[in-house]
Amino acid sequence: MSTKIKINSQIFQDSNNVYYPKDEVEVSDLIRELYEQDSPTEIIGNNSKSFIGNKTQSANTTSLSKISGIIDYRPEELYIKVKACTPINEIDKVLSENSQELAFEPIDFGYIKDGKSNKGTIAGYLSCNYAGSRRFKVGSVRDHVLGFKGVNGKGDIIKSGGTVVKNVTGYDLSKLIAGSFGTLVALTEITLKVLPKKDSSKTVIIYPDNFEQIYDFFNKLSSSSSEISGAVFIPEQSNDKEFSVKRNNVFKFNDLKSKVSFVAFRVEGDKISIEEKINNLKKELELNNSDISTLDVYQSEPFWKKINNLEVFEKTEHNLIRMVIPPANGSKLSKYLENNHNYFIDWCGSLFWIEVNSKKEEKIKDLKKMANDFGGYLTVIKTSSEYDYGEPIFTVDKVRLMISEKVKQSFDPKRILNPGKMYRGV
Amino acid sequence: MSELALPKIDNSILNRKSEIVKNLSKLTDKENVLSEADELRPYETDALSVYTQTPLAVVLPENTDEVSEILKYCYSENIKVVPRGAGTGLSGGALPLQDAILLGLGKFNKILEIDYKNKCVVTQPGVTNLGITHAVQHKGFYYAPDPSSQLACSIGGNVAENSGGVHSLKYGTTTNNILGVQMVMMDGTICRFGGKSFDQEGYDLMGLICGSEGLLGVVTEVTVKILKTPDVVRAALIGFPSIKEGGDAASEIISSGIVPAGMEIMDKALIEATDNFSKAGYPRDAELLLIVELDGTESEVDELIRKVEAICKKNNCSSLKLSNSEKERLSFWAGRKAAFPACGAMAPDYYCMDGSIPRGKLAEALLEIKKLSEKYELPVANCFHAGDGNLHPLIMFDGNDKEQLRKTEEFGSEILKTCVRLGGVITGEHGVGIEKRELMCEMFNDNDIQQQLSIKKSLDEKNLLNPGKVYPILRKCAEEGRVHVHKNKDKFPDLPRF
Repeated sequence: MSTKIKINSQIFQDSNNVYYPKDEVEVSDLIRELYEQDSPTEIIGNNSKSFIGNKTQSANTTSLSKISGIIDYRPEELYIKVKACTPINEIDKVLSENSQELAFEPIDFGYIKDGKSNKGTIAGYLSCNYAGSRRFKVGSVRDHVLGFKGVNGKGDIIKSGGTVVKNVTGYDLSKLIAGSFGTLVALTEITLKVLPKKDSSKTVIIYPDNFEQIYDFFNKLSSSSSEISGAVFIPEQSNDKEFSVKRNNVFKFNDLKSKVSFVAFRVEGDKISIEEKINNLKKELELNNSDISTLDVYQSEPFWKKINNLEVFEKTEHNLIRMVIPPANGSKLSKYLENNHNYFIDWCGSLFWIEVNSKKEEKIKDLKKMANDFGGYLTVIKTSSEYDYGEPIFTVDKVRLMISEKVKQSFDPKRILNPGKMYRGV
Repeated sequence: MSELALPKIDNSILNRKSEIVKNLSKLTDKENVLSEADELRPYETDALSVYTQTPLAVVLPENTDEVSEILKYCYSENIKVVPRGAGTGLSGGALPLQDAILLGLGKFNKILEIDYKNKCVVTQPGVTNLGITHAVQHKGFYYAPDPSSQLACSIGGNVAENSGGVHSLKYGTTTNNILGVQMVMMDGTICRFGGKSFDQEGYDLMGLICGSEGLLGVVTEVTVKILKTPDVVRAALIGFPSIKEGGDAASEIISSGIVPAGMEIMDKALIEATDNFSKAGYPRDAELLLIVELDGTESEVDELIRKVEAICKKNNCSSLKLSNSEKERLSFWAGRKAAFPACGAMAPDYYCMDGSIPRGKLAEALLEIKKLSEKYELPVANCFHAGDGNLHPLIMFDGNDKEQLRKTEEFGSEILKTCVRLGGVITGEHGVGIEKRELMCEMFNDNDIQQQLSIKKSLDEKNLLNPGKVYPILRKCAEEGRVHVHKNKDKFPDLPRF
């Protein structure tokens, strides 16, 4: 670990020695100085997701939280340009006033962290690139970033992209920044594509008889021209009483039999087309004689909030894993998970949230092997206090690691920004 | 076109041509290596045919291992390589270099796997964009990005250029519709980014490769997402008495919360040109024509059509026709799709520009282009992907007249500068290639460009892969005073300048 150094810049520093640059020039000055002194820094926003990823080995901490505020919002052009650490809540609010939204449905990681809502900032969110339930339909966070400005590891202010959806001018660095965990640039400005909010929504609940049926539903749902915008499977977890109680509480809705396993899918749009789509889907899924429930908009909206708040894993002290695999392999994985871990499935069969009891930590290795074999990957999103990082929390192969090191080198040759946050050497 | 600055020719490579051809013939079937003048001629240009160059040799490998071996050989011998898909690119990205081999991916023309369960198709890069849709449409699926050249352009080329099409606002461009790529780096390393699952963890290297115009690697396999064909697709053909009213209607459609599958605008010059050419039945009295396409379930489309109709009437449309059959819908598009040949029939040559602007700036942009057309005394017709802000002015000229050529180039360049001034970009979907290299300085400052060059250097340190494309050649940029060069020393002397 580097020793503390004296920084000449007149940048506000609090009693914990955290730097708070107030604009991109100050970020640039600070990083340039750190670069010259070979002294790395951790980059944080509002600290809502700083628990995700490895601990950085840096002597300094730079908070970008003062770089906040909406710069330019053009509802008719479907974009919003904001300073990097603008809280997601603030963006949501202003978009909502114009019946628009961030379509990728940001996940609120505050609940798993300490049981309270904290969506954090857009820069933090982009740095993780973890989209919510609507992802399989509308794309991830990276698909909604039109451009950015930021400071690379040498202190240079750089930009890429713009405000238009069609733009192939130079390399698409916005994609590279998404999911880079602050290891390439300290973001100062982000332009996002926004989309109209749908008028209404309804959620249909099905109670499947077996695993084969779950994936049969998922397959039919994703193959239908009657578009859905969310599909989850919430299993019954009778072998873990404590979890079971929590789960049943989270999904307590008037029109939902929460104590058994269920598949839920969401249909959004105007009221007439919602009914039309639900009717089509009932036929396609052959549900006409099945036991189903329907959540109206007043239940549907909070239901999906609970999903995207990861409320069933609220304040978890175990290891929480996010695994993404091609949906065709989901049935095998859910069979394995059934008797081993608490979990639920999102993204119409692709995304698994899995809680691994800290006493069963060695199981993470098995899960990672499965993720690889199934053509996917996993990340340990939250680690238990006993986690020893023996098993890396990210999944990467040798070639991708080698290329990642080269890319890192091109942005941040002295590894000043969040070193080691993702991989050793990056 | 005017004299083109290209990377310095390495004469030692030219002198070793026969040895290089011999060695390449050991790495693939010798029939796949072309080196005679008449064999090379078809590869002298891509669809930006005003520029031509004869490559040192053309190699047409048949599999990824051959690509890897060829690149490894070129890397060790310092031979430049220009990758080429179907050669339909409009910005000269596949223009050969005299001392480079042209690596054609034409033999990579097979679809490897159709996976309906995972809603994806694994394909070789030489398969055409439309070929993918054709392979899955019997099951009611399609591949969404639809560049106008989709009949001929290859999916590998689409990845290199991040191609769009008329449905980009709703369905995104190539980068939003691919799940994975296999790629070979200049040193021969074979790598795989993504696969059949969403959002690979770590750096989004697939996102970096998509749109990198063949500068970072050679794509040898692509996994694309397929979508279910919508139940109902209908189009509206709407004429407006002025550009402003039509432009306002397009903006209002978007701000009212409608996301059309496609929305196209044509100006008067193009309405007349296309109607003469294809007899599409367009309203010839209109100053501006708007085509709006809506898709979804039946009731959804009905509701959207109703809203679009109301907005257009409110904005004083002069005519409004709704498609009542698939045949009629296609007839609405027939004229728009014939825009390029229609201009080709009006003048010996046409030059297609490709800028993006914020939708709301359309009237301003068209007015400016009209002024420029008068200044340069060259006719122009405009089509505009109003959904996503992508503007394609078509400048008509006579290529045999050197003065007209020069004026056309200047005119085009001024149009793109106007796009940037209005808050847009110099290329929406055709790529920078060699055509717009020098205009990169209009959008990016020295730091921005150096960062991009630095990425290039990190993945291709010898600058052998498609050199001379995308990034400004130092001399021109410096002359224009946009890159600060002091006493002939630039800020990053260790970085290559291509």
